[in-house]
Amino acid sequence: MTLVIKGGRVIDRDGERVVDVVIDNGVIAEVGTNLSGDRMLDAIGCIVSPGFVDLHTHLREPGREEAETVETGSRAAALGGYTAVVAMPNTEPTQDSIAVVNLVRSLGERAGLVEVMPAGAITIERAGKQLAPFAELASAGVTLFTDDGNGVQDPLLMRRAMEYSLGLGITLAQHCEVSRLTDGAVMNEGSCCSHLGLPGWPSIAEELMVFRDIELARLTGAGIHLLHLSTSRSVELVRAAKAEGLTVTAEATPHHFTLTDETLRSFDSVFKVNPPLRTMADIEAIKVGLRDGTIDAIATDHAPHPQESKEQPLDQAPPGMLGLETALSLALGELDLDLLQTIALLSWKPAAIARLGARHGGPIAVGRPANVTVFDPDLSWTVKPSLLASKSRNTPYAGRTMRGKVRHTIFNGDAVVVDGTAQR
Amino acid sequence: MKHLRSIEELDAAGILSLLELTDHMVEINARPIPKVPALRGKNVVNIFFEDSTRTRLSFETAAKRLSADVMTFSVGTSSVNKGESLRDTIETVQAMGVDAFVIRHKSSGVPWQISNWTDASVINAGDGWHQHPTQALLDCYTIRQALGRKGGFEGLRIAIVGDIKHSRVARSDVQAFAALGAHVTLVAPPTLLPPSIAGWPVETSQDLDSLVGKVDVLYLLRMQRERMSEALIPSLREYTDRFGLTADRARRLGDSTLVMHPGPMNRGVEIAVDPSELPGNVIIQQVANGVAVRMAVLFQLLGQGDSLA
Repeated sequence: MTLVIKGGRVIDRDGERVVDVVIDNGVIAEVGTNLSGDRMLDAIGCIVSPGFVDLHTHLREPGREEAETVETGSRAAALGGYTAVVAMPNTEPTQDSIAVVNLVRSLGERAGLVEVMPAGAITIERAGKQLAPFAELASAGVTLFTDDGNGVQDPLLMRRAMEYSLGLGITLAQHCEVSRLTDGAVMNEGSCCSHLGLPGWPSIAEELMVFRDIELARLTGAGIHLLHLSTSRSVELVRAAKAEGLTVTAEATPHHFTLTDETLRSFDSVFKVNPPLRTMADIEAIKVGLRDGTIDAIATDHAPHPQESKEQPLDQAPPGMLGLETALSLALGELDLDLLQTIALLSWKPAAIARLGARHGGPIAVGRPANVTVFDPDLSWTVKPSLLASKSRNTPYAGRTMRGKVRHTIFNGDAVVVDGTAQR
Repeated sequence: MKHLRSIEELDAAGILSLLELTDHMVEINARPIPKVPALRGKNVVNIFFEDSTRTRLSFETAAKRLSADVMTFSVGTSSVNKGESLRDTIETVQAMGVDAFVIRHKSSGVPWQISNWTDASVINAGDGWHQHPTQALLDCYTIRQALGRKGGFEGLRIAIVGDIKHSRVARSDVQAFAALGAHVTLVAPPTLLPPSIAGWPVETSQDLDSLVGKVDVLYLLRMQRERMSEALIPSLREYTDRFGLTADRARRLGDSTLVMHPGPMNRGVEIAVDPSELPGNVIIQQVANGVAVRMAVLFQLLGQGDSLA
């Protein structure tokens, strides 16, 4: 059975054109005008782009299935226009062995909504003591390693991790947080936390590790991907490193370019996140970084938590917020970028960082795997937590009206989202 | 006014009118039978998630003198953690019929969270490092009473000394004193100030000696011993030396300079003299006024225009 995407404006790294796209047997079979197929997906007025890739998704399974499962998280991802997500390793047990990694991957295959690429941990149990078996996990297809949720504190261990990664064809990604500086921290350190009497989370806790890992990249020659940058100084450090030609990449989340620490004046723990929401000046710096290429990718850090765990005092509530179903709209509405640049940040640039470029990120060309997103950039919608596909409800954007919504998502040639509705 | 969670919920006129209401309560408390029926049938629930003897007893006494029904329970935070969320706890108690919750919690913001989950009034009896509005009101009342300042604190010089960073008393007091027109100086090493006091209506100083003879009120905060292990001060000895009320500094206090403390005192640390020997010591009056101020707050929130009798 062939599928035809009719009348959309195709945008990929090769540019843009209004064409129909025929998909057959999981690959793009034909691109041109006046094409037909057994099943038609209307794309008039819509953008047709390579599927999005999220470098930073918490699917919670195994271990925290009350918050999210691979299936519910995959559905949220597909509805958000993603065809691949990198599943963070802070599961229980940790994704530091072939057994766990294969379990997560097979749960993803069973759900069949997006490619679930489990990230490996850098250290066993993310405890920061002993390296995880990079080569063994790489042989099972793992391409990105991180202790996300924890930064690798020990500089010697991080140096060895980077040296050992050379030649293995993998990407190391750092959660930049010097934990000694954030003990008990709840929110950004500044005037707001001072007023609210909440323990401060200083920017320098992030920036010190950004600086350290840039210098380790220089020393070892290995690359490093820096997760969820939140401060203006971090952006400056990465910009300078790139200007020197170091192999440093970085991502930023939608919440770090849309929300400030002022939101916590409500004491609503939905706004507690790691790294914390910062200031308007930081938001501006991140936007500039996304615009000038300092920051390579928009990543969601989708972090589901059940309502009861968020209904705790702020210092006890876990950090994290949903992101998969709102990222595209926020990128379109808040960044003031052209569509090509926006899609690059959501699709082929993160695909390259996660080493998924053979299957994801386009281009929309004959013979390529059919991982395609069709979105209406002008459709306005209002975020209703109860209507999200995620098992959890902790979106910080409840009630917010946004512009731009995914209409169809095609994963491996299969229309998994049609007219904004998940098909499985 | 529905809640009293922060002193910021009151403006200067609001503070002054509560202090006037407190005058009535002081009069009631001086009667042979210090009890009025003003809040008969109202149910006040004190939930103390953090230990506090004086504040708990003070609120309990205040509610009883106004004839409210009062339940008090102290909850170890750990027992609440056994699967029950904060919201579950509040909704369970609320179902028994509550007009006001009086909440003490070690975490900032809990009274705001609770007010989203209940229709009852919420009175903050201290949340984390954030606010302790009834303490600020009783401090204002004590100063007003001791210095005869019924119209406000215009021109009054107040020094608050010690661990401002971790102090809900300091945050509330700064706002209340400044609202009434006082000139407030925070005296502390930089490690014991909040990360940013931009916009606070205060000056700062590290030189207690230069202030001691010049202020009208010397407000000492409790210095907790664990601050040493957090590298905030080198030693308690050095703290006392620089920021404690020592015998030498006590001699240089003006006769009318009030000495205040929210309690409990760390004798030998922030106060290294016998406070009873200080002419301006009003620390016990603070405690006594606490009951009257809390009666005023309860009456204001729950009284529905009934006369006090």
